[in-house]
Amino acid sequence: MIDAPPPIEVRDVTMAYGDFVIQRDLNFPINQGDIFVIMGGSGCGKSTLLKHMLGLIAPAAGDIVYSGQSFVHANSNEQERMRQRWGITYQSGGLFSAMTLAENISLPLQLYTRFSPKERMEIIAYKLALVGLDGYQDYYPSEISGGMRKRAALARAIAMDPDILFFDEPSAGLDPISSRLLDELIVQLKESIGATVVMVTHELPSIFAIATNSVYLDANTRTMIAYGDPRELRDHSEQAVVRQFLTRSSATKIEETA
Amino acid sequence: MSDTAPVFQLDTTQSDTLILALTGDWIQGAGAPDFNDLRTNLNALSPKTLIVHFDNIEQWDSILMAFLLQCSNHCQDKGIALDTTSLPESAQRLLDVATAVRPHQRPEPGDYHWLTSINPLRMLKATMGNIRESLAFIGEVAMALANLVVGKANTRYVDFRAFCYQSGPDAFAIISLISILVGMILGYLGAVQLQQFGAGIYVADLVVIGTLREMGALMTAVVMAGRTGAAYAAQLGTMQTNEEIDAIVTLGISPMEFLVVPRMLALVVMMPLLTIYADVLGILGGALVAGGMGITPLQYFNQASAAVEMNHIMVGLIKSVTFALLIAVAGCRSGINSGRSSAAVGQAATQAVVTAIIYLIVADAAINILCQQLDY
Ligand SMILES: Nc1ncnc2c1ncn2[C@@H]1O[C@H](COP(=O)(O)OP(=O)(O)OP(=O)(O)O)[C@@H](O)[C@H]1O
Ligand SMILES: [Mg+2]
Repeated sequence: MIDAPPPIEVRDVTMAYGDFVIQRDLNFPINQGDIFVIMGGSGCGKSTLLKHMLGLIAPAAGDIVYSGQSFVHANSNEQERMRQRWGITYQSGGLFSAMTLAENISLPLQLYTRFSPKERMEIIAYKLALVGLDGYQDYYPSEISGGMRKRAALARAIAMDPDILFFDEPSAGLDPISSRLLDELIVQLKESIGATVVMVTHELPSIFAIATNSVYLDANTRTMIAYGDPRELRDHSEQAVVRQFLTRSSATKIEETA
Repeated sequence: MSDTAPVFQLDTTQSDTLILALTGDWIQGAGAPDFNDLRTNLNALSPKTLIVHFDNIEQWDSILMAFLLQCSNHCQDKGIALDTTSLPESAQRLLDVATAVRPHQRPEPGDYHWLTSINPLRMLKATMGNIRESLAFIGEVAMALANLVVGKANTRYVDFRAFCYQSGPDAFAIISLISILVGMILGYLGAVQLQQFGAGIYVADLVVIGTLREMGALMTAVVMAGRTGAAYAAQLGTMQTNEEIDAIVTLGISPMEFLVVPRMLALVVMMPLLTIYADVLGILGGALVAGGMGITPLQYFNQASAAVEMNHIMVGLIKSVTFALLIAVAGCRSGINSGRSSAAVGQAATQAVVTAIIYLIVADAAINILCQQLDY
């Protein structure tokens, strides 16, 4: 059997804002069905890497390859076609503030599917119910709480049953129960629609609960220093920083006080 | 409470190992010493080790910590070993936390003298870049419009309708006020001059031609630049800040088709209508002034209707459509290119209005010269 190319491959990517290099020589694949976590300290470039993967900013060097097809070198029609298979939530939500939740979710459905208006309303109700927000169809994003906005953004991201889901800090700002429900939801979605999930998160419980693979970006050496199952990395990584990150112990001289 | 001034003393008996003795109350308002004094001393002596002695200090707060942090950063930079074991445990811990992450070194922004900002070559280059970007933006908008014509654009009719409402009926009150007043100003301007020649009745001609060809379209455009152009920039800038534009792009939707086209079309449809409305009110404003000069309304409107010609109206309408396009381009471009902060959104709105007014005046002059050459 010939191996299919992985759904996402990051190849020799260098990220920079102007002359200020944030990360260099990033090289790793993300395999089919993975729940893949991008980890690292604050400001190491996780959101920026995600923006490169989404094609919102071109990387300073290197390429992102989707199922064997380069995104950076694709023309805009091909890029658009690739994007239609993605679902994305942004760190600050990214819901359209001038539209109600129903309109937000309905937009991709209207553009890319042929559902009747009634079917569309049913699908919207179903997607909102998945994130516990059924009944909030006619609310504007400014009328719901921050955590609810996160969940609404997730509902929009899964509107089209995407092949790849990108989440930037999906559970930041959620209470522990909602955050656990969200983890479960992500696993369920992955299993039911067979999606590959890429997420940026700091939440250790959530990382150990659901992640199957990960990469660690280091702010000091400005490159990736670990790749693999986060549970493996926690126990056996050669890099002390990574073990400390994953066990929540401090990298400084302060001793843990019991 | 004891009120002893905070001081430091440097024991220099050993040249390699200095002892820094801190005494007094290191609290806010007690006049803590400046770290720069210590820095000068340290630079002069260049020791290998610095031992902090913390003697009978009864009170200390962030002032002490700020001093110690500078001390610690300086020692790190210069490779001096710093011994802080005599500090109270709480201060020790705070210092550890504060020094856990090294201060961020901003990349040098390059060596700019303020004079370079008025260097004509540099200004020319910036202007050319700006014009090139504007043209690229207009090109993208044109492609989006072409998609709209062939029915492939992701432009929503509801958006178009909402923006029509915002830029049309909502602007009625202010347009009414401005155009009546401008009509009156034109009337006074003409009346004073024309009455000297006993030609007072021609004030009607002056108001009609001035309003139809020039002031109706221009004043409407200035109001719309301030109202709608700035609003477009602020809306799109906030969407940029909110990552909404990112979301649109990654849904595979062109922001040009989805955001810019409905706004632009709404202005292009509403501006000529508003201009006609402003024309009518401007001529009415002129009638008020003429009435004050003893010209009866009948005489005024009789004279005015003779002066109304199709080509005057057409010039005004052509101008208003041109202005609408320019205001929409200035507003939407500033908004989409806005930075991601509240200050940047404010800047985008300002830039939208300033650019739009420059565009308006230049375009107005160009159209006038063209009409003059074509004898229209
Ligand atoms: N527009 C920008 N211009 C210049 N530098 C930027 C810009 N955006 C981000 N940076 C810098 O890039 C680095 C990485 O930022 P990024 O947002 O990717 O971090 P992150 O890993 O997502 O952090 P967090 O976990 O806090 O969200 C930071 O050091 C930041 O200062
Ligand atoms: Mg981030």
